[in-house]
Amino acid sequence: MERDVRVCVMGEDVGHYGGSYKVTKGLAEKYGDLRVLDTPIAENSFTGMGIGAAMTGLRPIIEGMNMGFLLLAFNQISNNCGMLHYTSGGQFKIPVVIRGPGGVGRQLGAEHSQRLESYFQSIPGIQMVACSTPYNAKGLMKAAIRSDNPVILFEHVLLYNLKERIPDEEYVLNLEEAEMVRPGEHVTILTYSRMRYHVMQAAKTLVNKGYDPEVIDIRSLKPFDLYTIGNSIKKTHRVLIVEECMRTGGIGASLTAAITENFHDYLDAPIMCLSSQDVPTPYAGTLEEWTVVQPPQIVAAVEQLCR
Amino acid sequence: MPSATASSPYEVKATCLSLQCMVLSFQYLSSFSYCHHLSLSLSLLYSSLSLSHTGRSLTFNNMALWLTSTRRCGGNLMKKIISSHPLPLFPNYQTTFASSSSSPTHSINGKKTSSFQYSFLGTRHYKSMHAAGEQILTQEDDNDDSTFGKTKNMDLPGGKIAYTTDMKFLPGSSEERVKCYRVLDEDGYPISSNLLEYMSKELALRVYSGMVTLNTMDKFFYEAQRQGRLSFYLTSFGEEAINLASAAALSFDDIVLAQYREPGVLLWRGFTMQEFANQCFGNNIGHGKGRQMPIHYGSKKLNYITISSPLATQLPQAVGMAYSLKMDKKDACVVAFFGDGTTSEGDFHAALNFAAVMDAPVVFICRNNGWAISTQVTEQFRSDGVVVKGQAYGIPSIRVDGNDALAVYNVVRSARETAINEQRPILIEAMTYRVSHHSTSDDSTKYRSKDVIEYWKTVHSPITRLRNWVERKGWWSDKEESELRAQTMKQVKHAIDEAEKEEMPLLRDMFTDVYDDLPSNLMEQETLVRETIQRHPKDFPKDMPL
Repeated sequence: MERDVRVCVMGEDVGHYGGSYKVTKGLAEKYGDLRVLDTPIAENSFTGMGIGAAMTGLRPIIEGMNMGFLLLAFNQISNNCGMLHYTSGGQFKIPVVIRGPGGVGRQLGAEHSQRLESYFQSIPGIQMVACSTPYNAKGLMKAAIRSDNPVILFEHVLLYNLKERIPDEEYVLNLEEAEMVRPGEHVTILTYSRMRYHVMQAAKTLVNKGYDPEVIDIRSLKPFDLYTIGNSIKKTHRVLIVEECMRTGGIGASLTAAITENFHDYLDAPIMCLSSQDVPTPYAGTLEEWTVVQPPQIVAAVEQLCR
Repeated sequence: MPSATASSPYEVKATCLSLQCMVLSFQYLSSFSYCHHLSLSLSLLYSSLSLSHTGRSLTFNNMALWLTSTRRCGGNLMKKIISSHPLPLFPNYQTTFASSSSSPTHSINGKKTSSFQYSFLGTRHYKSMHAAGEQILTQEDDNDDSTFGKTKNMDLPGGKIAYTTDMKFLPGSSEERVKCYRVLDEDGYPISSNLLEYMSKELALRVYSGMVTLNTMDKFFYEAQRQGRLSFYLTSFGEEAINLASAAALSFDDIVLAQYREPGVLLWRGFTMQEFANQCFGNNIGHGKGRQMPIHYGSKKLNYITISSPLATQLPQAVGMAYSLKMDKKDACVVAFFGDGTTSEGDFHAALNFAAVMDAPVVFICRNNGWAISTQVTEQFRSDGVVVKGQAYGIPSIRVDGNDALAVYNVVRSARETAINEQRPILIEAMTYRVSHHSTSDDSTKYRSKDVIEYWKTVHSPITRLRNWVERKGWWSDKEESELRAQTMKQVKHAIDEAEKEEMPLLRDMFTDVYDDLPSNLMEQETLVRETIQRHPKDFPKDMPL
């Protein structure tokens, strides 16, 4: 926001309240009420407003208080945000960043635990990225703001409290690149967002058991970084996808299809995909824990793959 | 006024039009009474002449509008002039006027005299009339039932609309805000002398006890959340009157769709303290089977739809339910509650519009408590609250003092009757203040001062207000108050303790009720989960009943 005066933020309670997860804390005091805009409660309308502002030269960052509420903005995102650059013959560009906390939290109920990446992945014209650490959150956010394409940045409700040392100098990450978290030889584990931590936890157990998993945080959900993924598969010949989306129509499903299409010859075993069940996320803590993929399941899956 | 663009193709067109006009005028003249045909003939004449002589172009549409508009003022003017003044302007018409049946054809003689400058259109001719010393009349003079005034409305697809030459924008808001209906003042003294506005002793005490129970329940559940026994809670402090008084005004057949700050309605209808606690703890025997967050109550038996977190989703659904009630011709209506913030959502507007168009018996009750988390109403909308929005959709609306239980009761009861008898929606805006934080995830002292909250909590407390009234009536006393509070406290504590002890929902309940029967993919996924637990029992919660 300091570098470019055209960057502005809009959403519910983002101003003086600082955002429901304090992401925009302090910005309203620094940049004023107009650049950090508190909107009335109408997601379709303020997303549409952001798109209109983007078409006339601003670079808005639209915040959904919870990703699940952006379902109300689906019309604007699909029909306008994704399409207008194309249908106008390239005349109007829409450099918006749509972001918000999503994923399964701690007992937030079904409506506040949506995984919107599965619903949005089909929209042409948008890019989707998911951040998982403070380092890549900053880098991806900057890249998303500077990109001239509409980008949806998926944050996770449970990852806001992470602390990490990040470089002082400015850095911008590539929106289409995956991150190599842990190089290995035996199996490629593809994951993103919160599941990265479950995978790393499982990786510790796996290392103790003698396995050497290669963990890749795919980061870019649309388009997939098939270059990094492909190189990894050519090395290990086994793939496990761990995601938080539901089994049907999730990111894992698309990724499975993409890998099979491109790297089928390099696979020694069928692709395994661990995902949530096709049920609304229950509130009860015990049930909720079951919907999300847990480290023991990851360990068991790797063992099965490597047999 | 016809636009003046003179270019050659138009002149040709103009001539053709003028000819057509002349033909028309002949036809017209022959079929009307003299009053009509005089004004019409004059206007037609003017148009045809102006076309041919001044070369101005007129589209047929313009002409049609112009004709109908002139008839009114033309008719007026002519009538007045004829009746009250000698006619220096139209010497050749005097004779035609006197004889009603004479053919007017000789009046159309193509002669352009100065008389035609006095066109009977709009304001331009007023200047010339002034100059001629004529009496100038305004549109509003046509009060009587004369034939000259028949064409004052334009018949449009949406209905008749009257014209005006006064260009006036409707103001965004009126100078005076819509008044708020109330029966008792802050101290519980009646300000109305109409005895019909008060409740019976039995009802008043029931409402009062309900309000106290709700308040107590909220206090203890909130504390339970703070102690870590509950994960989340949302209180209704300051809004107890809206909760209970509206519930009292409804019948048990009326379907209620709430937002989340209306558990009092359920309480009134018989939801027990234990049931509230079970849902909040998400245990095995709660109605929601542990699937929803706390305060997302629901009971089909009590006609209270399960609460859904996203705002305004219940409003179009309310209209749908009213539609089905209408089809079934039931003596019941639908009541939808929502807050001020929700009125910004698209669903709110769609729902009100639909309800009006479909004549759906819905009573929309807005709890305008001034805040939507940290967003004040001034940042939410610029209209005079929510009550004026009803009018925009053709819905009768009223503003009521939400902290006055008696006023709320009267308004809801009346609204319900109208909604059912006349089969139409009603909008009620209940003005109140959100004494509570938005929820346990919010600390509202961050955006508002403690003094303001304290002020509303004490000075405008709906409970205190009603209590003062019932005590002055001799129906309540301190002894009964302390008894009620002690009893409720015990009930709530007991319910919380019991609910906490209950078992958590079974694993099977994660997969049931997604569909009516378990499909194969879900059965497969359930088997997978059970296998995983079996293989790694240490890695999963121990108190998980399978």
